[in-house]
Amino acid sequence: MELTNYLYLAVILFALGATTVLLRRNAIVVFMGIELMLNATNLALVTFARMHGDITGQVLAFFVMVVAAAEVVVGLAIIVTIFRARRSASVDDANLLKS
Amino acid sequence: MTVSGGETVLFWVIAPLMVIAASGLLVVRRAVHAAVCVVFVMISLAVLYVAQEAPFLGAVQVVVYTGAVMMLFLFVLMLVGVDSADSLTETIRGQRWIGLLLGLGLAVVLCGVVASATFRQPVGLAEANAVTNPVALARVLMEHYVVAMEVVGILLVTAALAGLVLTHRRRLGAKPSQKALAEAKVAELPTGRTLTPLPAPGVYAQHNAMDAPALDPEGRPIEKSVSRVLRIRGQERSATELLTAEETLVRRELERPDDPVPSVGPASGTDGDGGGAR
Amino acid sequence: MTTQTLSLAPWLVATPLLGAALLLLVGRRSDRWGHWIGVLASTATFVIGLVILLAMLALPAEERTADHVVTTWLDAGGLSVDLGFRVDPLSMTFVMLVTFVGTLIHVYSVAYMSHDRDRRRFFAYLNLFVAAMLLLVLADNYLLLFVGWEGVGLASYLLIGFWDHRLPNAVAGKKAFLMNRVGDMGLIVAMMLMVATFGTLSFAGVHEAASGASQGTTTAIGLMLLLAACGKSAQLPLQAWLGDAMAGPTPVSALIHAATMVTAGVYLLVRSGPILEVAPDAQLVIAIVGTLTLLFGAIVGCAKDDIKKALAASTMSQIGYMMLAAGLGPVGYAFAIFHLVTHGFFKAGLFLGAGSVMHAMDDDVDMRRFGGLARLLPVTAITMGLGWLAILGVPPFSGFYSKDKIIETAFVGEGWQPWVFGFAALLGAGITAYYMSRLVFMTFAGRRRWSGESGGDLPERHPHESPALMTWPMIILAVGSVGLGFFLNAGDRLVHWLEPVTGHTEGSGHHEPVLAVPVIMTLTLVLVVVGAALAFWQYATRPVSTEPPAAPALVRAARVDLHQDDVNETFVMLPGQYLTRSMVFADRTAVDAGWLGLAGGIGRLGTWLRGMQSGYARQYAAITLGGLGVIVLVVWLVSGTAS
Repeated sequence: MELTNYLYLAVILFALGATTVLLRRNAIVVFMGIELMLNATNLALVTFARMHGDITGQVLAFFVMVVAAAEVVVGLAIIVTIFRARRSASVDDANLLKS
Repeated sequence: MTVSGGETVLFWVIAPLMVIAASGLLVVRRAVHAAVCVVFVMISLAVLYVAQEAPFLGAVQVVVYTGAVMMLFLFVLMLVGVDSADSLTETIRGQRWIGLLLGLGLAVVLCGVVASATFRQPVGLAEANAVTNPVALARVLMEHYVVAMEVVGILLVTAALAGLVLTHRRRLGAKPSQKALAEAKVAELPTGRTLTPLPAPGVYAQHNAMDAPALDPEGRPIEKSVSRVLRIRGQERSATELLTAEETLVRRELERPDDPVPSVGPASGTDGDGGGAR
Repeated sequence: MTTQTLSLAPWLVATPLLGAALLLLVGRRSDRWGHWIGVLASTATFVIGLVILLAMLALPAEERTADHVVTTWLDAGGLSVDLGFRVDPLSMTFVMLVTFVGTLIHVYSVAYMSHDRDRRRFFAYLNLFVAAMLLLVLADNYLLLFVGWEGVGLASYLLIGFWDHRLPNAVAGKKAFLMNRVGDMGLIVAMMLMVATFGTLSFAGVHEAASGASQGTTTAIGLMLLLAACGKSAQLPLQAWLGDAMAGPTPVSALIHAATMVTAGVYLLVRSGPILEVAPDAQLVIAIVGTLTLLFGAIVGCAKDDIKKALAASTMSQIGYMMLAAGLGPVGYAFAIFHLVTHGFFKAGLFLGAGSVMHAMDDDVDMRRFGGLARLLPVTAITMGLGWLAILGVPPFSGFYSKDKIIETAFVGEGWQPWVFGFAALLGAGITAYYMSRLVFMTFAGRRRWSGESGGDLPERHPHESPALMTWPMIILAVGSVGLGFFLNAGDRLVHWLEPVTGHTEGSGHHEPVLAVPVIMTLTLVLVVVGAALAFWQYATRPVSTEPPAAPALVRAARVDLHQDDVNETFVMLPGQYLTRSMVFADRTAVDAGWLGLAGGIGRLGTWLRGMQSGYARQYAAITLGGLGVIVLVVWLVSGTAS
């Protein structure tokens, strides 16, 4: 088996995550889509590390995980705040910033 | 290096499952189900990491993503309402087709890039992992990325603070005293508020009958005795339904000649409540 | 000249300027004594000028020209302009004329304006004028001269419209200002040409470089300078403002619109002599303009019943003589200045006399309602009479020396020019005699066309001689009118005095006129006597009607200044208005519409793009993702073709 299969898997997961962001309205699910995209990237990074025999790729994936964790904290806090104010977790309801 | 047969099998077993689970994100109605799908994808990823000579990342993936991040998601889901379900009908015109087209297009383009790129012969991490994977990672991290790691640490602290600040709710009025609360309760009496705790549900304990309302002294069912969540979900059972079931049961017992007939206590009260309860 | 004396030159400008600033800044608090400050400033300037003049007289002729540079004014790349003063015989001649006549008129004004609420402001403007005029004549470069040039224009504008609560006066001021602007454009263009051709604006630099320049350039500069001079000196075709400028107080007419400012054009041309010498075509045009104007002014003067406008036409005509002389080359420069000085005296005297008559006649200016005033206003009559004899050119009054010299010079030359210029000048002298005599006889001789009592057809007047403050300046100017010509002509004194500036003119024995000098002199005197006699017969021996009688077409035209305003309006104002309107139309329909259309298009584009701002984060995410896809695609394709 070629290692590129991992890359195809990463691409598909990434595209699925992106589509989730575009299609779902529940902010939490949208957020999960973003997490999925980040994880797909991590998979690609780990695969690249293995291809090149360079462990730096894994370090990069590690950093992505840490930053993703921080992002999740802030993002979820924002969702909770919005939910508290508007009683809705739909991203379409927060659309006041328009013309 | 070559990919072992075991890994190939593992990949072809896990990868389709992962894609299916990820696709679940698009189609399931309930956010909780979506979260379960994501948890599955993440655990699978951890497995793939281990298979890809990154055992440390595999462990971190389980601990950080599955253990922390996804649990955080679930907490928030519970906070927001575990039962909140999206309708999957699209409200923005054309967004569904645009989204699907873009997602598909992205997948095609990226797959094309991967397909057209020429990769050299994979090296494998056997050499780099000679000192065990965590040690090798730590060496790179501590030799070349010390500053970055410190900065990321600061970022984490800042994010934690941000979480606190964002979810902090400012007290707008003075903290109500117990006396004021009691007075407010009494003042609300005319609007139907009760001073005493709500009656417990489940008088007719056919089963774990949290879904059956209690009856008041006149034999009428008390709506509020059933949990709000059950009521919203439509999972409560009406007293009439219960009484009918009860009477059928009793009648069946009565028709059996060798059994003594217990008197039906509340029957007289339920006569008039067929319409009143629901 | 010692540096110490030379360093007084800036004070010639600064003193009256300080006087003006003081009067304007202190304001109404100085109403009671302000006019004396004005007189003091003017007198002090005259004294400073006198000190410099005496120091200059002690020097030999070739050392009398000196430049005093205070500081560098502008330093812009290749062009450097100094704040410098040129002290030489020409500028000192003007300084003496301006400060002496100016001081006399200041004194006269103290009495003349005594009933005016704004006398202080009047003196402030007069001082401002003196400062600007002195800056004009003392500047050592064209740009500084231009500052003074504009300064006198400003002072002239302010003083013509001094009684600006009357609409005609304000309009007259505006008219003078606008027509002067046309001339100023000429000076500006001339300066541009100088900077472009010579790279300098200083008199010394330009005059040195002029001889080496192409004739086309110098002709262009000369014609532009002529345009400037026409504007300031009321020469054809920019003459129309001078008559209306008489709306100002009479001392203003005497000082600015007769004696000094209007002669600035002549000064400019004489000062630019070295340029004109290498531009014979421009010189010819100057002479033609001067000739036409002297006849124009003389004809208009014959028909005017307004005493001040008649004098204004006369001024125009006399400056025409000076321009003619200036156009005749170096031989004429000295005579132009000579006539300028004598004219400054007798014309100022005549104007002050006219002011005195108006003072006596309740500010009436219509000569047809004067008459028989000689006995009631003896001092005025005598001083004006002396001025009259001077302007007529009767020997030995001052006009005789200066004007005859110009007429003689006009007859010098070859081809058709001496005959045309000479006889035009001769004819002008005759007409001058007629209209000036007409003015004097209509005012002082004949029957009274006014009444000492109220009622009746005739206006009621109580004429009385003016106070001493007014008569003494008139007397002094009259003395100048009588003796100045003889004094300056004795041994060609002024001609030699001006030689450092105008160049050597070979004394009076220069080129011979085409007619013998005694013949010219005799012809001139005969014409003058004929003109005066005609006027005497018409206006002193016969009754004069109080209303303008029916007259032939030429006289009717002359009464309205030979239709100068109609000509200006038809050929300049109307086309200008049409041009303006069509420009506005083009601006609105083409330029504005284009830009507004562009703006509207951008606005509509923005409105359309605004539709994308739906507020839906998912749509934004879709756009972002689309962009990402495009970027990846492009990078893929580009790298694919590259490898």
